[in-house]
Amino acid sequence: MKRAIDWLDDRTGCRRLLQDALFEHIPGGARWRYIWGSTLSFCFVVQILTGLALWMAYSASAATAWESVYFIQYELTGGWLLRGLHHFTAQAMHVLLVLHLMQVIVDGAYRAPREVNHWFGIVLLLLTLGLGLTGYLLPWDQKGYGATKVATNLLGLVPLIGSSLQKLVIGGSDYGHHTLTRFFALHAGILPGAMIVAIAAHVALFRRHGITAKQPYRKPDAKFWPDQVLMDAVACLAVLAAVLYLTVRHHGAELFAPANPSEPFNAARPEWYFLFLFEFLKLDLLNQWFGHQGEFVGAIVVPTVVLLVVAAMPFLANWRYGHRFNLGFLAMILLGAGALTVRSLRKDSHNAEYQIALIQAQAEAERITTLIKANNGVPVSGAASLLRNDPATAGPKLFAQHCASCHRHDGHDGLGIVSPEAPSAPDLKGFGSRAWLAGLLDATRITNHTYYGGSKFHDGKMVRYVREKLPPLRDRDPKALAALIAAVSAEAALPAQRDTETRETALIEAGRTHVRETFACTDCHAFRKPDDDATAADLTGWGSREWVLGIIADPSHPRFYGKRNDRMPAFVKDGRISSTEAGLIADWLRDDTDPALVANRVARTAP
Amino acid sequence: MSNPPPPPGTDRRSFLKETAAGVIGGCCVLIPAVIGIVAWLDPLEHDAGNGSLLKVALLDALPKDGSPRRVTIIMEKTDAWTRQHAVPIGAVYLVRNGDTVTALHSMCPHAGCFVDYQPARRSFFCPCHESTFAVDGSINDPHSPSPRGLDTLEVEVRGSEVWVRFQNFRTGSRKKVPAA
Repeated sequence: MKRAIDWLDDRTGCRRLLQDALFEHIPGGARWRYIWGSTLSFCFVVQILTGLALWMAYSASAATAWESVYFIQYELTGGWLLRGLHHFTAQAMHVLLVLHLMQVIVDGAYRAPREVNHWFGIVLLLLTLGLGLTGYLLPWDQKGYGATKVATNLLGLVPLIGSSLQKLVIGGSDYGHHTLTRFFALHAGILPGAMIVAIAAHVALFRRHGITAKQPYRKPDAKFWPDQVLMDAVACLAVLAAVLYLTVRHHGAELFAPANPSEPFNAARPEWYFLFLFEFLKLDLLNQWFGHQGEFVGAIVVPTVVLLVVAAMPFLANWRYGHRFNLGFLAMILLGAGALTVRSLRKDSHNAEYQIALIQAQAEAERITTLIKANNGVPVSGAASLLRNDPATAGPKLFAQHCASCHRHDGHDGLGIVSPEAPSAPDLKGFGSRAWLAGLLDATRITNHTYYGGSKFHDGKMVRYVREKLPPLRDRDPKALAALIAAVSAEAALPAQRDTETRETALIEAGRTHVRETFACTDCHAFRKPDDDATAADLTGWGSREWVLGIIADPSHPRFYGKRNDRMPAFVKDGRISSTEAGLIADWLRDDTDPALVANRVARTAP
Repeated sequence: MSNPPPPPGTDRRSFLKETAAGVIGGCCVLIPAVIGIVAWLDPLEHDAGNGSLLKVALLDALPKDGSPRRVTIIMEKTDAWTRQHAVPIGAVYLVRNGDTVTALHSMCPHAGCFVDYQPARRSFFCPCHESTFAVDGSINDPHSPSPRGLDTLEVEVRGSEVWVRFQNFRTGSRKKVPAA
């Protein structure tokens, strides 16, 4: 063995290399305050290892990025752990960088002759921020997409070349495949490559000038190996433990729903280590002092000036109070950034709209995984196509857009926003259900805003019937009304009532007789057979998918309101919405949102 | 160990050799680098264009009270190697005023976030930096970080149909300049 090592040493000089690496002289012995550089190197190695493994499962294109990250997160063995480790190590790196910078400034390790090494440190800081920024986009989810849009738009503020720069970074005029391929090339190639070069130079220069030992020495001098290496290893283990703890606690990194440029994403926020800048740009004083240049000053001039001051610190230190100035400056920047971060987090925690948006975003993220599982995979048309064809996701949005100016859904617009104006049409939450119908047939409730209160039917024939004729009939045979409600509601064939209706066929059958005889509904309505004399909406299939689609398509059709239609437009007939959109609204209203059905629908509409 | 070679001379011959070595070596690196950079600069060759007029809604579908209605822009899109016939690429807000319609881009002119209309406040709200805009798109908050109001888009009302020319504009500048 020794002979083999001797031979290798003769040919390569490896013993000398190892000796140089391990037996660096440390005046005053190993100390915990020297660990930061090693923990950062350790984090970088973790990022390379986990990044390479992620790379093997990632596909950078607008059609596949989210889908491949979904696969990593939910299907790949240990994928969530791998992605979580990469995500939280990146966060740890930012914290450790600040600690390292603090140690360097406090101990005066930036002073001559270590100026160049200090600059390499700044370059490494910028590269780490760049890696964080470029990595954020790669999952191509709503959050990363929104944040990257802001970041790249800020790039457009650079004078003269801003617009071209922005185009080069996003790979064209709009965000798409080439935005991802370029960001991925930066994230996995250019920036880590530059980082390796910069770390090599940083370590080489560090070795050239030696450690800046903290006075007074507490212990006799020692070598890097094994004293300091042991401390470094313990520190790295602590970092790893913290990162693993965070990963397990959050079950990996968050993955929001796929990016969608046509919908608002009100939970848009940058990663926490950029929040200070985000909050800084919101400060009124930027606008007050610099007017419309405030944005440019805040996003570009101020950060550049801060970095230049940090870079000039070795020279400033030559001045009598220079080191104190540097310490004060660093403290001011860190406290300021910390205060802005806290301010931003606090504002968000008290912002009800942001919290609702966040809950909705998380619900959408959960829904898409359910849809993919029900589909046994992502269709070629992409994960976003599943959401677009999902009644539970698209239904309430379409309702808010097209229906909520008159109707409500559980008192709001379908998305949780409560309008101050009174509705002019019924609340459609639970439409077709027994509970909904029971309310309609209740003399005290039919003219509420939940039912006909806002519409022109508030003093119509139905209201008069429910107020005047129905109560004595109901009092004579209360069970008959319950049977009628069961029978008419059964026409809707709502998924939520399927089991009950299967059990209660006798009740429903009895109710059908009551519709015709006891309550004489068929004097006005058709019920289960054509009736040319009917003057009110058809109760055959009332509330069923086909019925709801019909009324959305054309409420003035004789089957529904005919000429007595209030103000409801013929949405499909007039081309306001497509029949597919009407179907999404109908399915959502009927709570018919089985994920397997969505998967089938997408399969049918796929090219 | 053999002796190291003598240091290079300073005569004319050595100068030529040094120059040639520098030039040839430099070319070997520069040629592939330039080829790579030219390909990287490709996006600068392509312009976004002025967009084309699209039928986006029916006039009757827009609220007569002047409340903005969001309309998704669905159109053909070519993204590098992919061509899709009908994909949602953005959204506009349509505001009806009698028989005329104003179309406002849904993108905040500040940093490009998606602006949401909030009926309760009767204003547009940007979730990123909290800019608010009036229903006509103008800035209605003196502290707004946005350099200009929401961008209006070219609209044509053709009979009962509303047509809009959908295009993006540069963010962050006071002037409304189409995105290149």
